[in-house]
Amino acid sequence: NVGLCIALWDVTKLEDSYIFPGDGASHTIVNFRYVVFRPFMDEILTGKTKSCSKEGVYVSIGIFDDILIPADAMQHPSRFDDKEQLWAWEYETDDGKHDLFMDIGEEIRFRVVDEIFVDTTPSGPDGTANQPSEISDTESKKTPYTIVGSISEPGLGLLSWWNS
Amino acid sequence: MEVVNENSAMLSNFEVYGLLTDIQAGRGQNKPNKHQQQLATITYETIKYLETKPCKHQSEESITEFMKELQSFNLTKAEKVQILNLCPTTAVEIQLIIEESEERLTEEQIYKLLDIIVKYNPTEADQEEDNLAEMDSSND
Repeated sequence: NVGLCIALWDVTKLEDSYIFPGDGASHTIVNFRYVVFRPFMDEILTGKTKSCSKEGVYVSIGIFDDILIPADAMQHPSRFDDKEQLWAWEYETDDGKHDLFMDIGEEIRFRVVDEIFVDTTPSGPDGTANQPSEISDTESKKTPYTIVGSISEPGLGLLSWWNS
Repeated sequence: MEVVNENSAMLSNFEVYGLLTDIQAGRGQNKPNKHQQQLATITYETIKYLETKPCKHQSEESITEFMKELQSFNLTKAEKVQILNLCPTTAVEIQLIIEESEERLTEEQIYKLLDIIVKYNPTEADQEEDNLAEMDSSND
């Protein structure tokens, strides 16, 4: 529950090596520091919109794809356009309402509001072993680390909305 | 494996970029061997991502100078790291990064902060403008 591990930074301590009975390998306790990607709460990040659905907008930052901006964290007011399958911010100016669409592949700035860690280690086999085992895609789609973002503040959302 | 400390230090994009380019060049402590395919993948992807960020143009000296100038603004460590990584160019971005910026900084201070950021992190657009300005002056 640490974040996305990237690479080793350094090793701080190497302790003695032991050999355990029944096991030919040698075991060493090592203290090391690792570089981890883990944005802190309320951090501002910039990414690209990956896809839109009723649940919200999915954002990717190249190395990490599982970022969701849920429907209730959009700019107020926003709506999901079924025809285009895109989210749009209903921006009101003096001459009426404009729909600012959140197109795919656009740069978007968001604030990190929550992170979800899910344990995806495989559990043991179930008791009902009579049924032929099918690989069910819906079960195995749990991502171990998901970031929840928000764009409901001035300055957040598509960069093109705020750059004059 | 036991996690001793979840967050022992905060790294800037620039430091991570330096480490990963070292690993890729084989200069780090662990030379990439044929068994570390996943490390190679993530190193490659992360370097590709970091190259689109302003950290590509930063250097150790510019960052130390930058940090010294930021000291007068009383910012938290998280705010300084964010400013370094994001290089905000507008007042709206500063307000997002710095909490309660209206109470902690005057408008004059916000503009001064933006000037310092531009001074130490020239974007490519600024560099192109500088190059064009030089060409114009040499053509005269």
